Amino acid sequence: MQVVLMDAGGSNIGSLRYALQRLDVEAIWTTDVETIRSADRVILPGVGTARCGMSRLHELGLVELLRSLRQPVLGICLGMQLLFAHSEEDDTPCLGLIPAAVKRFTERPGLRVPHMGWNRLQIQRRHPLLTGLNEGEQVYFVHSYAAPVGSWTLASAFHGGPFSAVVACGNFYGMQCHPERSASVGVKLLWNFLGL
Amino acid sequence: MLSRRIIPCLDVRDGQVVKGVRFRDHVVMGPIVDLALRYRDQGADELVFYDITASSEGRSVEVSWVETVARVMDIPFCVAGGIGSVDEARSVLHAGADKISVNSPALERPALIDELAAAFGTQCVVVGVDSRRDSDGQWRVNQYTGDPLMTKVLPRCTLEWVREVQQRGAGEIVLNCMASDGVRRGYDLEQLQTVRAACDVPLIASGGAGAPWHFHQVFVSADVDGALAASVFHSGAINIPELKRHLHDQGVLVRIC
Repeated sequence: MQVVLMDAGGSNIGSLRYALQRLDVEAIWTTDVETIRSADRVILPGVGTARCGMSRLHELGLVELLRSLRQPVLGICLGMQLLFAHSEEDDTPCLGLIPAAVKRFTERPGLRVPHMGWNRLQIQRRHPLLTGLNEGEQVYFVHSYAAPVGSWTLASAFHGGPFSAVVACGNFYGMQCHPERSASVGVKLLWNFLGL
Repeated sequence: MLSRRIIPCLDVRDGQVVKGVRFRDHVVMGPIVDLALRYRDQGADELVFYDITASSEGRSVEVSWVETVARVMDIPFCVAGGIGSVDEARSVLHAGADKISVNSPALERPALIDELAAAFGTQCVVVGVDSRRDSDGQWRVNQYTGDPLMTKVLPRCTLEWVREVQQRGAGEIVLNCMASDGVRRGYDLEQLQTVRAACDVPLIASGGAGAPWHFHQVFVSADVDGALAASVFHSGAINIPELKRHLHDQGVLVRIC
């Protein structure tokens, strides 16, 4: 199986690569259109801002390519947010593959932003991506912006209100949490994605 | 709802994990990767590695061990020690660290925090604050605490610095209460409560853990997001699965593996 990690300028691509290596998958780290088009699985990682992520995809001519992909595509953290129509972060138009807008957590007393740490998954819809996962299992999050819950939500989490933690829309999948940093639960999520 | 985090801290010197009492007299605890994996297996929520002599020796973190840790680690980890520029931070993050923590270099040049937040996002930027009550009763920030001969007390008040670093883009603050560090009589609740009131980003308590109830106390009374400890975990005095079970039974939200 050929797995491609798209280089959208994120700084922690290394940890995802190592996580895949632990599953015996040697991912290719690339921005090459043909390599991405022919891959079996495409992963869009990303740490940073929505604006930087989208600018980089535009510069590399990858926006239309991403929209046209038919194989399973997984966006992680910022990579998941980019799948949505819009991000409130710097008022950035995103890929528009999921029809909703990503918004910042509203700070208020006792609600810390960034949302950083382990939080429980609430399963909204059974799906092969969640095989072996139980209600309430915990995964690691680090983010200040979040996507709303909708028909695309497979699992949600709660921080001041519910938000999308794992999503699916056609062949596009997203994880707001970091599977590469979520111990055994994260391993299941990555494994399930590779097996879709 | 977010779980409260239990964070073993590994002080690193010459490729080994070491531990001292009140930041002095270090003894070797073992190789970095062995200890890191042991804590991961026990259910630690996150690890912090401090290259404790980097700042006082005027160098940045050695990146090779960061990469070695990243290859085997599937929980988040933060690296600290002499990181004084965006380029140095980038090399540590690219080696696989999730967050970088800055302390002495940020005191030398506070704009470093702004630069790091702009380059990597606030969620990657942790500011460590070494604080101790001064003779006039004020909590003040200390610098170069990795080397007792170089440690300086700064005129900066801890609370002012905590407010400033958040404005500059710190995404998390680790408050090392120096007077209680290593003595195992509990976290400095008074100081942590005061800093909590001035801190909107995640706050991690450091210094003083000696018993499971100290963790319960600091979560309940100082509302910190995480509690960091070193010697009690290294020595086996506190076992992480038992600690988490205790916290869970007391009604504190934690991740039970």
